Amino acid sequence: MSNPIIDPKNLVYEKSKVLSDNTMHYCPGCSHGTAHRIIAEVIEEMDRQKETVGVAPVGCAVFIYNYLNVDFAEAAHGRAPALATAIKRLNPEKLVFTYQGDGDLAAIGTAETIHACNRGENIAIIFINNGIYGMTGGQMAPTTLEGMVSSTCPNGRDVAIHGHPLKITEMLALLEGTCYVTRQSVHTAASVRKTKRAVRKAFENSLQGKGTSIVEIVSTCNSGWKMTPHQANLWMEENMFPYYPLGDLKDK
Amino acid sequence: MEEVQLMKGNEAVAHAAIRCGSDGYFGYPITPQSEIMETLMAERPWETTGMVVLQAESEVASIYMVFGGAATGKKVLTTSSSPGVSLMQEGISFACGADLPCLLVNVMRGGPGLGTIQPSQSDYFQSVKGGGHGDYKLITLAPASVQEMADFVELGFQLSFKYRIPCMMLSDGVIGQMMEKVVLPPFKPRRTQEELLEQCPWAATGKTEDRERIVITSLDLDPYRMEKKNEERQSRYRLVEATEVRYEEFMCTDADYLIVAFGSAARICQNAVESLRAEGIKVGLLRPITLWPFPGKILAKYAEKVRFMLTVELNAGQMVEDVRLSVNGKVPVYHYGRMGGIVPTPEEVSTAFNKYL
Ligand SMILES: Cc1ncc(C[n+]2csc(CCOP(=O)(O)OP(=O)(O)O)c2C)c(N)n1
Repeated sequence: MSNPIIDPKNLVYEKSKVLSDNTMHYCPGCSHGTAHRIIAEVIEEMDRQKETVGVAPVGCAVFIYNYLNVDFAEAAHGRAPALATAIKRLNPEKLVFTYQGDGDLAAIGTAETIHACNRGENIAIIFINNGIYGMTGGQMAPTTLEGMVSSTCPNGRDVAIHGHPLKITEMLALLEGTCYVTRQSVHTAASVRKTKRAVRKAFENSLQGKGTSIVEIVSTCNSGWKMTPHQANLWMEENMFPYYPLGDLKDK
Repeated sequence: MEEVQLMKGNEAVAHAAIRCGSDGYFGYPITPQSEIMETLMAERPWETTGMVVLQAESEVASIYMVFGGAATGKKVLTTSSSPGVSLMQEGISFACGADLPCLLVNVMRGGPGLGTIQPSQSDYFQSVKGGGHGDYKLITLAPASVQEMADFVELGFQLSFKYRIPCMMLSDGVIGQMMEKVVLPPFKPRRTQEELLEQCPWAATGKTEDRERIVITSLDLDPYRMEKKNEERQSRYRLVEATEVRYEEFMCTDADYLIVAFGSAARICQNAVESLRAEGIKVGLLRPITLWPFPGKILAKYAEKVRFMLTVELNAGQMVEDVRLSVNGKVPVYHYGRMGGIVPTPEEVSTAFNKYL
């Protein structure tokens, strides 16, 4: 898409052609849009649009297929790793990834997640951990922090009732089948660049048949958290990062 | 000469799946059908035809692996027995909502719940009335022999791909476990990717320059579009009902009475019909082979001629409702059934029949 207003010689950044022109439905401040853009750019830079089949979750990102210009299969809530398993095994040359929220990946889909990782399926899992169920209106997620307020724990998560926030990524790092497990964020320019490198590595691992790669992106859900986007970023740094520290958990 | 072999219905399904060029099998062990995956694992088709065989972590995972494979246009199947098929219902509904072809096999056992591992036909409703949510149908084939368990693998795939409706082979523990003579279908190579692209232009095979991206989904939040999608699906269902009804008649032409039974129950009824005929009673047997689409028209025709109908089922009376709907009050329709894994003898069927004479 050429932009008549911008002189080509001044152009320093352009929307990836793997991103569609559809207007995203995400709330202003939400991390999903940035994560989508990163994936689109990586697919474009790897020149893998033709070989990619994505698996969409049930959650706010259910419509990811409206924004990424690649073929998609839409899973039921939590089942994306099962779909991806079969898609990749039956189409070994394809780049297959799932994109899942914390409810999708770490609650209803825990079994599928663990077993796909344990089998070392050659897929990449992009895991958006925003500590809440965004799509259904802000209920408690398995990753909701202790004391954190949600619509189903209005007085804050009480670990005596709800158990502790689940560090599923640490669990997945223990499995022999995973080759690359990392936790990143997308709230600063620097973190976006790091996450992009992580996604690229995850996708390359899958194509090289190294096993399962997981890129957790600690994210904000400012609507669900009832904060401004800026407040949400600060809150995430202060509260989410100590419990979900950023960095590589495994790289083999 | 075709080679005649002796094997179980379950084993026949496995061999037929390899021979008809299936791309993938995904399943979870459960009695009385575990021989299907065991046979596949022993045959190692990934070394010959390239067929993928994977033991999943649950039936939930199996059905979604089937969903994933089918989304890319592959010929994939899963098999299970009643409790496992219950667990798959969400995924079956999703596959119907996304119009994905696939083959499902239920080797039924008695329920409800964990029930029994003995044979039963009590998942008739689940299979033909939509066990999951939403308005959907499964093409449901009921084999009555080991041969049919083998033959219905390819038939099921063909119908499923033709109409983009999942196909259920509704067998039971009797047919799955018994050994019988069978001639396996001839070897057919798996489709090449070129053939797949030609036959399944709807599949998610990777977005090329010459087409828009393809999204396999059952979701659409616009109610008008969603209604249109449902209407289109329903029109395919009407087409299936008009063209794909299959049944078998046994001694029906001059019948004064009609027994209606499917699967293993039909085999027992065939013996019962023979002995009743020997006593001079003009009774026939109509065996629905497709449970959906249901052979209602032919039953309505027989309702003009016979004095009553009796359905015999290994359940509390499920298909009998469809028979009654078909004859619409023209003749009495009775039911005889055993539950809990009990398989009645032909004598018991004759006794039940004689009660209504
Ligand atoms: C079987 C099933 N149960 C429940 C739901 C309702 N549901 C839709 S999205 C969702 C939670 C999604 O949360 P998460 O995975 O954290 O993603 P987010 O929306 O926060 O991005 C739930 C419970 C559903 N669609 N399917």
